[in-house]
Amino acid sequence: MTTLATVLTREERPRRPSALAASLTFGWRAILKIKHVPEQLFDVTAFPIIMTLMFTYLFGGALAGSTKEYLQYLLPGIMVTSVVMITMYTGVGLNTDIEKGVFDRFRTLPIWRPAALVGMIIGDVLRYVLAATTIMLVGLILGFRPAGGVVGVLAGVGLLVVFSFAFSWIWTMFGLLLRSEKSVMGVSMLVLFPLTFLSNVFVNPATMPGWLQAFVKLNPITHLVAAVRSLMAGTPDATETMWTLVASAVLLAVFGALTMRLYNRK
Amino acid sequence: MSFAVETTGLVKIFGDNRAVDGVDLQVPRGAVYGLLGPNGAGKTTVVRMLATLLRPDGGTALVFGHDVAREPDAVRSRVSLTGQYASVDEDLTGTENLVLLARLLGHRRPAARARAAQLLEAFGLSEAATRQVKKYSGGMRRRIDIAASILNTPDLLFLDEPTTGLDPRSRNQVWDIIREVVAHGTTVLLTTQYLDEADRLAGRIAVIDLGKVIAEGTPGSLKASIGAGTVHVRLRDPARRPEAVSLITATLDTPVQLDSDPVALTAPAASAERAALALGALAGAGILVDDFSLGQPSLDEVFLALTAQGAPA
Repeated sequence: MTTLATVLTREERPRRPSALAASLTFGWRAILKIKHVPEQLFDVTAFPIIMTLMFTYLFGGALAGSTKEYLQYLLPGIMVTSVVMITMYTGVGLNTDIEKGVFDRFRTLPIWRPAALVGMIIGDVLRYVLAATTIMLVGLILGFRPAGGVVGVLAGVGLLVVFSFAFSWIWTMFGLLLRSEKSVMGVSMLVLFPLTFLSNVFVNPATMPGWLQAFVKLNPITHLVAAVRSLMAGTPDATETMWTLVASAVLLAVFGALTMRLYNRK
Repeated sequence: MSFAVETTGLVKIFGDNRAVDGVDLQVPRGAVYGLLGPNGAGKTTVVRMLATLLRPDGGTALVFGHDVAREPDAVRSRVSLTGQYASVDEDLTGTENLVLLARLLGHRRPAARARAAQLLEAFGLSEAATRQVKKYSGGMRRRIDIAASILNTPDLLFLDEPTTGLDPRSRNQVWDIIREVVAHGTTVLLTTQYLDEADRLAGRIAVIDLGKVIAEGTPGSLKASIGAGTVHVRLRDPARRPEAVSLITATLDTPVQLDSDPVALTAPAASAERAALALGALAGAGILVDDFSLGQPSLDEVFLALTAQGAPA
């Protein structure tokens, strides 16, 4: 029989975990939460399927003459749109999570400070992979035929996940900054709609007015979509891939730092 | 011997509210120290600063000699916090919570599992091990919270209102746990709204109101400074109340309050002995008493007494 006295004897303390070990432990927490609340996977499966079907059949005939034709252009873009949109749940999740007392405990542990947030996003990365896989399967069923083959598709998804990981830090910042889950949602929509629609996801930017083209060219989503398309098509575009990686690094550095500043002060 | 916690002129300001307004504390090692005060007095804010969750706006706070603002990691490795609200993850099971925290403290997976099982058993939670914490009762939740705080036996444990909202049985269990933790050398800083709780557990108490310490000392010395408590009397015969009033006034030497209930009266008593004399005087005069009790001063009375002392007449 274990009594209180037994558990209170002082033993030598283990060494504090490395930054990576602590982050992965928090990633395990995120997976446990998915295990206990599997309904949350609805967002990352049903939503992408609806997006793909909707836009393929809505625009396919008008824009490319046939849905199958359009799908070759649209699929990488719709995958980017869906996954980037799903990143906003990181902010919503953090906002509700941090209101509970458990973050007080995490913040009093002698561990690498960003670990709790990095781990949370590691869990979200799994959701991004799941969403991307779902869309790819739907695409293949509808007739998407990537010339880049398995390697091209994996590289495209990989780049998308790297970008989404970095992009998620925008939402951790808002999740800490804003008071309620609803306001996080509101701001996310305000950022995500223009960013995903005013890009090369749905139509060729050459058809847009000049001022809009200027914005589209600056939009990191445009570069990401161009890079993912090129990878999946088997004609990797090094410049676009580079730009995407640079944008990811900048997003991570700026919003990661802002997030940690808020996290330490909260 | 140095103190577990030492603060000087600690200040925290939220907007234009000075939530903590120049608090000086010296918490000796190896005992329970009570922070007593009503809601909004600033107790939790003090604890949150000491646990490195909030940065002080003024003054200094040392925990085992480490400055909370400049050496937060050194402080974190010595302390544990059990907050006012569940400080475990409600979506996870008891085991998962403890394994998660044990891993974060650096235990390898098998050791973390073993430690979690051991703690669950010691806290009488083995049967609830695989249940989500959100399905726990209030008392179980408190216990898993405290278990999570002693995964590595801390040198200083913060307990923020650990018994608020608990039924008497769960409250007694928490008190037993606190006594055991202290017996093993951990210093406990306890915040509470209940004088009774501070009295039972704490070696010393600081009374906090409006962000300031208004009294500090052992429970005995604090109570002595405000009298032993209040005598409550219920008479059999309302007609004899005036007679009882004069007898009690004479023996207790304090003014008697007449309740709206015609058989009841109350009076502050300087000591238990004097209260006993009052009971004797009533019996001697043949006045029948249905109920006679000496109650501990309530927190309200403590505050009234302390703030009345502090304020100019």
